[in-house]
Amino acid sequence: MISAYRPGTSPIHRLAAGPKMAALAIAGTGLFFVTGLIGTAAALSVSIALYLVARLTLRDLWSVLRPLLIVMIILVSAHAWLNGWAAAFAMGMRLGALVLLAGLVTLTTPSSAIMAAIETGLQPLVRLGVDVEKISLALSLALRFLPLIASVGAEVREAQRARGLDGSLVALAVPLLVRTLKMGEDIADAIDARGFGSARK
Amino acid sequence: MIRVSGVSHRFGEREVLKPFSLELVERRIAVIGANGSGKSTFVRLINGLLVPTTGSVLVDGLDTKRDGKEVRGKVGFVFQNPDNQIVYPVVEEDLAFGLKNRKLPKDEIARRVEAGLARFGLSHLAKEQTHRLSGGEKQMVAIAGVTILEPQIIIFDEPTTLLDLRNKRRVARTISELDEMAIVVTHDLDLVADFDRALVFDEGGLVFDGNPFDAIRHYEGLMG
Repeated sequence: MISAYRPGTSPIHRLAAGPKMAALAIAGTGLFFVTGLIGTAAALSVSIALYLVARLTLRDLWSVLRPLLIVMIILVSAHAWLNGWAAAFAMGMRLGALVLLAGLVTLTTPSSAIMAAIETGLQPLVRLGVDVEKISLALSLALRFLPLIASVGAEVREAQRARGLDGSLVALAVPLLVRTLKMGEDIADAIDARGFGSARK
Repeated sequence: MIRVSGVSHRFGEREVLKPFSLELVERRIAVIGANGSGKSTFVRLINGLLVPTTGSVLVDGLDTKRDGKEVRGKVGFVFQNPDNQIVYPVVEEDLAFGLKNRKLPKDEIARRVEAGLARFGLSHLAKEQTHRLSGGEKQMVAIAGVTILEPQIIIFDEPTTLLDLRNKRRVARTISELDEMAIVVTHDLDLVADFDRALVFDEGGLVFDGNPFDAIRHYEGLMG
């Protein structure tokens, strides 16, 4: 989901985030009732066809599948060993269809729209005292800062390698933790400075 | 106007700012000093991110101790590292963040985001992922995210420290063109040479208050 959004004007891009996420939930549940090679192949084909409708590229499709490929291969192999190849292929195609549909939502929906839809969906919880605004901000911060923490990690690893400390978990974890905590402090200041929660006073 | 009266600040037992008083009304004010001199603490007291241990800071009559949120509405803050200031993963979403906090209507937010992007030449980056921007672009997004809230005063805490020469000049030009009052904490003495007033901090004390030329000479003298 991080950095996934591809701007566009296709009919799928124009659909509101809420209905798209609801459709994903329904399709995801429905997929588990689709059995057999023909049914799951049809589901996978529809998922791929939706990428064409959204005017996304093969590269986009690959970027969605690639991170989960190893997990999928392991699952399909295990399933084949336990239940035979036909059932394993059906399960693999079902899982592929589900991953592609989830990817389609994140590729065609700005993260802000997804956050807004989640915020709207969680509104009933406000009555129970849940601070929906905070949940939404936390999700946005996770999306924003995961790549940043990853790049800080790469920086620290490089520095430690230069000192001959590659392979040392402590040498990586301690500076990364210290920098992340310091970053957290600065981010909290920045959020305060930009008036988060100011309208609620 | 900013009125600082008998202000000091302590972190636990450590006094990081010794008591001082002043009034700030100029359009461009520089705050210079060595690392740990108290200059960043001073500017954080102005927008209520920190509150003074003794004394008071008033911004247009609002006390930072009592009216912190209102003060932060008047005083914007641009941090040294834009990576720690940009909170949303897409440029236009980040610009909208402060406006959403003020519960402005959606069309008003969209209009102001568009104007803010255009003002700083960022329109072509509206949909860009913030972590993919260059350092200079990130700093411009951070500045746009603050000015879009229309503060009367903007504090810049070492805004050029992490930038290359071209982006330093870009940020310097942007600051000089702002209509708002700007208070700039910096080690970059060229940046503030034509400012209206300069404050020099050393070891937690305000040791010079005057024009930038004399302030820079004083600071260089302190640094040996």
